[in-house]
Amino acid sequence: MSDGKPRSFQEIILRLQAYWAAQGCAILQPYDMEVGAGTFHPATTLRALGSRPWAAAYVQPSRRPTDGRYGENPNRLQHYYQYQVLIKPSPPDLQELYLGSLAAIGIDFDYHDIRFVEDDWESPTLGAWGLGWEVWCDGMEVSQFTYFQQVGGHDCRPVSGELTYGLERLAMYVLGIDHVMDMPFNDPGAPIPLKYGDVFRQTEEEYSRWNFDVADTGKLLHFFEAAEAECVRILDHPQVDPRSGKRIIMVHPAYDQCIKASHFFNLLDARGVISVTERQAYIGRVRALAKRCADAFVETNAGGWTGDASAAAE
Amino acid sequence: MPDLLIELFSEEIPARMQADAREALKRRVTDGLVEAGLTYAAARAWSTPRRLVLAVEGLTGRSPDLREERKGPRVDAPEQALEGFLRSTGLTKDQLQARDDKKGQVWIAILEKPGRPAADIVAEVLEATIRNFPWPKSMRWGAGSLRWVRPLQSILCLLSDEAGAEIVPLEVDGIRAGDVTRGHRFMAPAPFRVTGVEDYQAKLKRAFVMLDQDERADHIWHAATNAAFAQGLELVEDRGLLAEVAGLVEWPVVLMGAIREEFLSLPAEVLQTSMKEHQKFFSVRDPKSGRIVRFVTVVNRETADHGETILHGNGKVLAARLSDAAFFWGNDLAVARAGMADWRAGLEQVTFHGKLGSQADRIARIEALAREIAPLVGADADQAAQAARVAKLDLQSAMVGEFPELQGIMGRYYAEAAGLPSQIAAACEMHYKPLGPSDAVPTEPVSVAVALADKIDTLTGFWAIDEKPTGSKDPFALRRAALGVIRLVLGNGAKFRLASILELAHLALLQSLLFQSLAAVRWIETGEILIGERDTKYGLGFVQTLLKEGNVLKIEPNSNDQFPPFSSTVDIVSDLLAFFHDRLKVHLREQGIRHDVIDACLSMPGNDDLTLLVRRAEALNEVLRTEDGENLVQGFRRANNILTQAEAKDGVEYSFGADPKFAEDPAETALFAALDAAEAAIGPAMEHEDFAAAMAAMAALRGPIDAFFEAVQINAENEILRRNRLNLLHRIRATCLAVADLTRIEGA
Repeated sequence: MSDGKPRSFQEIILRLQAYWAAQGCAILQPYDMEVGAGTFHPATTLRALGSRPWAAAYVQPSRRPTDGRYGENPNRLQHYYQYQVLIKPSPPDLQELYLGSLAAIGIDFDYHDIRFVEDDWESPTLGAWGLGWEVWCDGMEVSQFTYFQQVGGHDCRPVSGELTYGLERLAMYVLGIDHVMDMPFNDPGAPIPLKYGDVFRQTEEEYSRWNFDVADTGKLLHFFEAAEAECVRILDHPQVDPRSGKRIIMVHPAYDQCIKASHFFNLLDARGVISVTERQAYIGRVRALAKRCADAFVETNAGGWTGDASAAAE
Repeated sequence: MPDLLIELFSEEIPARMQADAREALKRRVTDGLVEAGLTYAAARAWSTPRRLVLAVEGLTGRSPDLREERKGPRVDAPEQALEGFLRSTGLTKDQLQARDDKKGQVWIAILEKPGRPAADIVAEVLEATIRNFPWPKSMRWGAGSLRWVRPLQSILCLLSDEAGAEIVPLEVDGIRAGDVTRGHRFMAPAPFRVTGVEDYQAKLKRAFVMLDQDERADHIWHAATNAAFAQGLELVEDRGLLAEVAGLVEWPVVLMGAIREEFLSLPAEVLQTSMKEHQKFFSVRDPKSGRIVRFVTVVNRETADHGETILHGNGKVLAARLSDAAFFWGNDLAVARAGMADWRAGLEQVTFHGKLGSQADRIARIEALAREIAPLVGADADQAAQAARVAKLDLQSAMVGEFPELQGIMGRYYAEAAGLPSQIAAACEMHYKPLGPSDAVPTEPVSVAVALADKIDTLTGFWAIDEKPTGSKDPFALRRAALGVIRLVLGNGAKFRLASILELAHLALLQSLLFQSLAAVRWIETGEILIGERDTKYGLGFVQTLLKEGNVLKIEPNSNDQFPPFSSTVDIVSDLLAFFHDRLKVHLREQGIRHDVIDACLSMPGNDDLTLLVRRAEALNEVLRTEDGENLVQGFRRANNILTQAEAKDGVEYSFGADPKFAEDPAETALFAALDAAEAAIGPAMEHEDFAAAMAAMAALRGPIDAFFEAVQINAENEILRRNRLNLLHRIRATCLAVADLTRIEGA
């Protein structure tokens, strides 16, 4: 571990990567699609299902169109980074491991007040829930800590432990920065020092304008429906591929469509064209897709399927 | 006599669950021990965020040996009987004894159950307790199958006496009980052994764990009040928050910090709510200005810099939160000063209930109703209507969106900012009241009118769509609404016929639903929809006419599904009134008025005037406490019984014509005179609703009635005398029944 306080946003990310790599996690890369949170990455959603052990950590760019503030709000962004760790089964010392990661990014427990405050997590769109805490450092929420109980309507056995760090907020706290756009992205002593705002202020403006006022709601609605239909169509295919003769269930291509549908829904929401009552209906439609993907995943090898009918039935 | 110590050490237990968990642990373990034959002197349970602890003092070391003799079949009974007896006792034939009995020799089984050591029993009881613990929400973790509130990490279970300590042998889902625990997560994380309850408490304290939740709460309270007092300030009391923060820390340290100048102008309720909800901070008030000027946070550790870093961090988080609040407040004030039109428009888009329409439609109904109720409670009708129009606008404000619990309170601020009269601003806050049985009842007439209209519209609405409370289910808090109406009426001495207001409310509701196309009018004969389009307005009179012609038309929910038509106004009103009467009974019983007294008054006319009803009940309750009153009821009952029997037997009603000229006995003559006097007094008293006077006049009949029954035989040989006396009994009955339905009075 590097000593002392980190000096930039990216150093915090690099330290987290190094720390979780040292704990034995596979360091994955972000999923290459628009998602609302790191949980949507198949490395979390799908891998939390089934009996196979898993340990992965990754950064996930996340998009929440309704949170856009044209780069003006010190804390709110429509595009931000989450750091995500998923370990299955959850190890008995997960809290200690987690605290070790805070120490690795320069939080000294001799001077700070760390607290685990009840916060049960639920994702209506993924049909998932778990129990855990939000972790407070000096009254500031720095992470979500969750023991997954259900995903896509399936009981998690074994249970995964999930850690989610809101990277900008955490880094601002560690670096003592008041406005996200002022945060050093690379080292302040670098030949070309860049602030967070140098990287993202313009895109925050562009997306805020598009998300709130310009995105074509008719097209978005159409995209939503197309993604929904494609997801179902993919999963309706027989398990055995006629070309190769192999059993190939196309869970991930279908799940991609589920992710797309979820993102289109978020965009429609930001455009303000979804009423309160419709909202529930849309969420239910995405959840139905997530559930079908989860059903299909547990029929695959990665999902713990062994070809044994009795194991699959469980 | 050993002591038992149990510690269930886990990851952080939610603060709100700790109190129930302590009780459950104590109850389940001690019940289990007692059931297994052990006794104990005392038991105490404690909790911290990471541990649930139970100490049982003076436990017996073994359960007693039990010996039971069971009588079996006769020795010469058939083989099957013996076999059945052996099966039920679990013994073999050679273990039985033959013994003489009255009817010959019988088999006797002697069942001996040796006592068991406490450790075995504790192990069994604790395992069952852990496996079946009543957490409101529990979870699994890792690859295990045990459920606990959060992962259970270790179990400490010790039996200790002068001779030493013994670990209770116990293993639950791979966790083996031991004698080891740990201190504060950061200040003393090393594990250590303990030898008993006292040793455990002492070592925990050295390891920066204050085990007793009450001690933590006291410590927090004193440290916080002292810190405030030292600066000439006072802590805002909040017992709920105190219990919560005491459940979030093992080693409470109180820190007080300043609120930035720019936020001090926010309303006190906003500062308090934001700090409490988001940060779990206490508020500190300047007693001179009444403003919130500081915060107190309770942290879980001491630091070398005396909390400076922690306080700095908390202050930053608070500033970010309060910036949001200040932003909401500023924007809301701008909308309020502009007359709140944006919010009014917004409420048209907000659904109150799918079958009852939008908030805007609901407000229109409340306004119409408030206008009608206003004169009955001494309010100006126009002011009440105006108050009803603005009372719920703050639901659209950003501040109430963020903090729903500030509804009404913000409404008052915004109405004031909009320049509305003070009684209208007050109604924005007060019309939600009373919220609970101990909440004060508003008395300002405009607030009373809107509060009644709001609650009555809620009740009629959910009654109309058949969403009444059932059993323990009351999702729309309709019982609370009904009790609210009762307390508003009684608390203000308001006198009006509730039934006519309910009728009005129901008609206004149907009108509103027709207007919103949530209801349709259908010809019963043809099934054709007659009216169901929006853009038409219907007056109350029109709706009333439709309903009166119930044989031709029905009004039904407008939906693709088949819904039954709405019940008639008459049915809704009588059903709702019965609900009010039920709630009233509960309310009055809590005030010491007997339920039969309430029944006796309920069956009198005008029972939907709640104030009148209660005054009658109170007067009757009082008079029944007197000796005269109590005996009068007996006399009345005797008269009524004799009369009822005679009427049944003779098939006639003896309802008139008692004539004093047939009075034979002086007691009979005296009763005639007494009844004349009572009737003369009761009539005018009832007219003036002077129930005490009416009841007194009635009670005065007790002497003459008793004397009459003493001296006279009703069923006289002489038929004329008999009929006259029966008619006299009728006068007793009629006179009493004019005051209250004494047939409902029980006992005596």
